[in-house]
Amino acid sequence: MGESSLRISLFVACYNDTLFPETGIAVTHVLERLGHTVEFPIEQTCCGQMHYNTGYHVEAVPLVRRFVKMFGDAEAVCVPSASCVAMMREHYELIAERANDVTFLADVRSLLPRVFEFSELLVNRLRTVDVGASFPHRVTYHPSCHSLRMLHVGDAPVRLLRAVRGLDFVALPQEEQCCGFGGTFAVKNADVSVAMLGEKNNEIAKTEAEVVTALDNSCLMQIYGGLHRHGSAVRTMHLAEILASTSEEQAGSEEQAGSEEQAGSEAPAGEPA
Amino acid sequence: MSVLVGKTAQAPAFPIAAKTALANDQLRHNVHNATGIIRAKRALRVEEMPDWQQLRQAASEIKAHTLAHLDHYLIQFERNCEKAGGKVHWARDAAEANAIAIEIIRAYSAQHNPDAPAEAPVEVIKVKTMTSDEVQMNVALEHAGITPYETDLADMIVQMGHDEPSHIVVPALHKNRFEVREIFREKMNLPELGDRPTDLTDAARHYLREKFLRVKIGVSGANFAVAETGAVCVVESEGNGRMCVTLPDLLISLIGIEKIVPTFQDLEVFLQLLPRSATGERMNPYNSFWTGVAPGDGPQAFHVILLDNGRTSLLHDERERETLACIRCGACLNACPVYRETGGHAYGSIYSGPIGAILSPQLQSLQHSRSLPYASSLCGACYEVCPVKINIPETLIHLRGKIVREDQRTLLGMVAPENVAMKVVGKVFLNHHRYEAAQRMARLGQRVFERNGQLADLPGLAGAWTRSRDLRPVPQQSFRDWWRSRPAEASAARSIEVKA
Repeated sequence: MGESSLRISLFVACYNDTLFPETGIAVTHVLERLGHTVEFPIEQTCCGQMHYNTGYHVEAVPLVRRFVKMFGDAEAVCVPSASCVAMMREHYELIAERANDVTFLADVRSLLPRVFEFSELLVNRLRTVDVGASFPHRVTYHPSCHSLRMLHVGDAPVRLLRAVRGLDFVALPQEEQCCGFGGTFAVKNADVSVAMLGEKNNEIAKTEAEVVTALDNSCLMQIYGGLHRHGSAVRTMHLAEILASTSEEQAGSEEQAGSEEQAGSEAPAGEPA
Repeated sequence: MSVLVGKTAQAPAFPIAAKTALANDQLRHNVHNATGIIRAKRALRVEEMPDWQQLRQAASEIKAHTLAHLDHYLIQFERNCEKAGGKVHWARDAAEANAIAIEIIRAYSAQHNPDAPAEAPVEVIKVKTMTSDEVQMNVALEHAGITPYETDLADMIVQMGHDEPSHIVVPALHKNRFEVREIFREKMNLPELGDRPTDLTDAARHYLREKFLRVKIGVSGANFAVAETGAVCVVESEGNGRMCVTLPDLLISLIGIEKIVPTFQDLEVFLQLLPRSATGERMNPYNSFWTGVAPGDGPQAFHVILLDNGRTSLLHDERERETLACIRCGACLNACPVYRETGGHAYGSIYSGPIGAILSPQLQSLQHSRSLPYASSLCGACYEVCPVKINIPETLIHLRGKIVREDQRTLLGMVAPENVAMKVVGKVFLNHHRYEAAQRMARLGQRVFERNGQLADLPGLAGAWTRSRDLRPVPQQSFRDWWRSRPAEASAARSIEVKA
């Protein structure tokens, strides 16, 4: 481990907090296991991405200000959501510039270099690839568009996965294809979104993986939505959850996997979208 | 002035048109197949270029500079074109452009066939000009008793099939050769025509040659117009364009004002980027340049119509202005996962795909094509392949912002469910107590929608999710609940109070 103990502020993201608490728990476990201190500013809510990307720019500004104020003093901010980090890096400066507020802009510029997506934090900031995880399953990785084309995380997540004990990594064909989530696109253009998802899930099926992972639970929610609807037994897990798994925990997670699969098999297998 | 962009005024919203497209398996197969082939070829031809990123940057800078000084370069072009024997006309909108073209054609006909009766048919041959589709020139010409023949193979297929172009570079991409054969059989009266590519090209060649040799008036578009020399440039694969700009006596080139480049040397950059991006070729097979009139060689009368049609309204805003840098390579269409599912017709505009989603609404000051900025998952594949680095996702978000603000100024927009929801959620996110209350409400409220461990038949927009996708219910414990439940010593930072 190349870094001494860091004080890491976790911005878990509103949808992870509400819908995927297991991801935040896993991030906490991994970082603490590596000897770092995790803080969770309890007043945090949302980075403003949903509002901003849907065109509610005015409404997003106070959320951005709030985030910047809340994490301004952090030594490092960890965000287990590539799309939230993309929102910050791509738009926060512009938002602050438009607000015509030099202090706000200075605060944004000072904070941004300290904000890391979870895999970036591990590989680029903490210089760690092997986090001591064990996960004896066949896993494929979907590079979310924002992690791929905005954060340019490159092979960092795959290097992390390859260092996991017992993990059988299988590359996803046509991996750079969007899963069709796209925030409000998923409901505003639901038919196209589902058609894109169908293609993604066909490729996932080809890998014969037991688990598909990503840096964004939003994509995984979409992928799960299609897989589960069509009775697939493939599970979706955020990268942090795989990295949090250790050999001692295997028994527990196996049990959980069993019950998931059963729920899936009850759903009728429909035609692929 | 009234901006016209194809048939956008009659087009249904994208989600509705997309539904029709998604139900057409043949169309989806054709589009998937064709875009897949072009993408693979492009990737090959881009990979072999060591300075691709520098070329993109150079192109982006040339375009940004030109658009910032467009007034200067347009006048320079006019001066040099006329010095070389061309005549430059300025058209504010579609109606003016069409009126100018018709007047030139009529004057020429009157002069060269003074004895012909007024209603005698006048014919023109045309080559690949998206801009003429934008202003619906064929409709205007026919209305004026002038018969236009499209001579680009794909445009000819679209015209014969009374169809609309579905791709900027490959307008008949949605048709396979069997469908093309059916069109040729009927329109060329060739009942015995086969469906091999050679059968089809032979038929087209035979049909078009007669037109090239007989028709004395040509209409072209332009890929570039060079301010420094007054030259006009068209690049293409078939050679039919070369025929159209060299064989007629009269040539009219309809050129959008954004097609100007300052110097001939600038083409060094664009002629590397364009063919590789558009068709995956190192170089276009035909690169035609002409400057004014050369006595005894080629058309003896040459007119340029410089078209605004909404373009100048994009110039004041830097983000919007960038859209005018487009060189119509179509790479963003082939890369777009949305376009690949629906094809071009769903966009309701001759400009489809990601570039169409930003160009069509902007040209028309958001009067039409308002659903197009939402026809994207913001995946960024378009920006990645754009040879002139137009940040399409950023522009889509910019346009969404404009649409939202416009809608919020109307009563209907204010009370629209989405606007109300976004306003409420925005307020909820400003206070973590309210946010946590909302989390608790969601957990309670979802109970009536739980079926077999999944949420089903959710109301409102969320119903668009559950109709074809499963959704896990909101777990009973949020992450923050878990964090609070940890023993105090688990994390020293637990009690940190933040000052927001």
